[in-house]
Amino acid sequence: MNIYQEELLDHYENPSNYGTLPDPDISHEEDNPLCGDRIRMDLMVDDGIIKEVRFSGHGCTISQAAASMLTEEIEGKSLEEIKNLSRDDILDMIGIPLGPVRVKCALLALKVLKAGAYGIKGWPGEEDE
Amino acid sequence: MQTSDYRPLDVQSIRQDFPIFAVDPPLAFLDSAASTQTPRPVVDAMDAYYDTYRSNIHRGIYRISEEATEQYEIARQKIAKLINSPRTSQIVFTRNTTESINLVAYSWGSVNIKQGDEIVLTILEHHSNLVPWQLLAQRTGAKLRFLEITDKGLLDFTQLQDVLSEKTKLVAITHVSNVLGTINPIQSVIDVAHAVGATVLVDAAQSVPHFHVDVQQLDCDFLAFSGHKMCGPTGVGVLYGKMELLEKMPPFLGGGSMIRSVERDSSTYADVPAKFEAGTPSIAEAIGLGSAVDYLTQAGLASIHVHEQELVKYAHQRLEEIEGITIYGPEPHQKAGVVSFNLDGIHPHDVAGILDTHNIAIRAGHHCAQPLMKKFDVIATARASFYLYNTIDDVDRLCDALQKAQNLMTRRSK
Repeated sequence: MNIYQEELLDHYENPSNYGTLPDPDISHEEDNPLCGDRIRMDLMVDDGIIKEVRFSGHGCTISQAAASMLTEEIEGKSLEEIKNLSRDDILDMIGIPLGPVRVKCALLALKVLKAGAYGIKGWPGEEDE
Repeated sequence: MQTSDYRPLDVQSIRQDFPIFAVDPPLAFLDSAASTQTPRPVVDAMDAYYDTYRSNIHRGIYRISEEATEQYEIARQKIAKLINSPRTSQIVFTRNTTESINLVAYSWGSVNIKQGDEIVLTILEHHSNLVPWQLLAQRTGAKLRFLEITDKGLLDFTQLQDVLSEKTKLVAITHVSNVLGTINPIQSVIDVAHAVGATVLVDAAQSVPHFHVDVQQLDCDFLAFSGHKMCGPTGVGVLYGKMELLEKMPPFLGGGSMIRSVERDSSTYADVPAKFEAGTPSIAEAIGLGSAVDYLTQAGLASIHVHEQELVKYAHQRLEEIEGITIYGPEPHQKAGVVSFNLDGIHPHDVAGILDTHNIAIRAGHHCAQPLMKKFDVIATARASFYLYNTIDDVDRLCDALQKAQNLMTRRSK
C-alpha cells in the first residue's frame, strides 16, 4: 500500500488540534535528530483526564499526520491510558506499513507525549523495562 | 578535466555489470554520494578470496596465506597508483574515510596540536571531517576556525588570507561537498596553507571516486577516502599520508600486526603502513577495493567525470522547469554530479518517500552536514547524485516523479 494515501494526507493538510495552549499543565517538545522533525505537545489536564490538547511543529507527512491522529485519540482519556499507549497502537492508527526509519516519524508524537507526561525517555517500544 | 584517457562511457554495457539494475522497471539509483552499487567483478574478486584462498595475512607459512597477503598488497599498489602516491607504503587501509580522519586527529593531532593552535575547516564539511577536529580541539584547547561559502555554495576565497595565519596548524578541507557538489579549489588552499606552515588534510570521499586525483600534484599532506563510494565494498577505506609525517606519528590502535616486538611493559612498532593497521584487517574488502580500482580505471575516470557532468547539466535544466523548486549550490560546471534541492511546501522526506514508490532512490536529510543546513536555513534537503551507471532516463524519471509528487501534495491547497 502506498504510504501517501488519502487519510494521511488529509491529516497532514488539515491537522486536528494544531496550535499551542496559553497556559498548559504539561508542555513538552522534542525533535528527531535523524531528520530534524520537531513536535511540541501542550496538554490541559483535570483530575488526571486530558481536557484539551494541541500539537505544533514541523516535519514530514507521517510525523505531522501521526501527531494529528494522536491528539484526536487522547482527548478525554486519562494520563494512565496514555502511559499504556504502545508503538503498535500508533502503527495501527496509521494503518499502513512503514519501514524502520519512517516508523520513528510516526512515533515522535507519542514519544513527546510520554516524555512530557511521565518523563519516559526513549522511543516507544524501546524504553527501558 | 578532459584528458587523454577520455572516451565516451558505454553506460548500457556498464549497467550489465550491476545485477541490481536487472529488474523491470529498473531501479533509478540516485544516491551514489552515500554509497555506490557494486559491479560483479568486485564481488567475484571477494568471492575468489573466500572460496579459494581464505586465510589471514602476514602470518601463515602456507600457500593460501601467502596468496592472501599478496592479493592484499596488490590492492594497496593499485590504490597507490590510482592517486599517484610516491610509495605504496604510504597507503594505509582503514575502515572508511571517517576512520582515516580520526586516525590523523588522534595520532598526528596528539603530538602536533596544542592549546592556542588553530584548525581551519570549511562550513561545507561532512560531520566526519568536523567532529574529529571538535574532539581534538576539546582535548587540546585548540581552536576551530571556518571558511565560509558564498550564497552559490562556493568557497569564499576572500577570507582565506584572514583566516589562515601562523597559528594555523592544520587545514582540513573537503575536495567535493557531499551536499552541494561544490568542487573546492583545494590546490590553491593547499598552497596558501603551506605558505603559513600548516599541514593539509583533504577529505576526498567524493572526489577520488569521480575524477583523477593526484596527491603529488596537489602536494596534500593527508588524503582520505572510502571504498564503498567507488564501487568497492563497505568496511574498507584509505588514508594516504606523506611518508615523513606517517613515520613520526605514534600508533592509533594497538594490537597485532602493528608491532615489531612486544615486552611486558612496552613495545616497538612496525613500519608504516603496518604501524597503523592493528588487528586482522578487512582482507576481502581490500581485495574488492583493488578490483573496484581496476573497474573504474578501465572505464576511465575522465570518462566518468564527463558523463556525470552531462547528467548534472541535464538534471539542472530539467529540474529548473519544476515550479517551486529551490536548487542549492553552484552551477553544474563548478560542481560534481550532485544536486540538492527542495520543493516548496513538501518535506524532503516525503519527496524521497514518494520517489521510492516509483523505484527511484534519492537521499533526504541533513546529509551529515548540519552546519551547512543551518547556513542555508533549511532542516533538510533532497539530494540526487550520479555515477557511471546512471542514465538520462534516470534523470527524466526523477523529474517526472517530482512533478507527480508536487501534484499529489499540493492538489488541494491550490
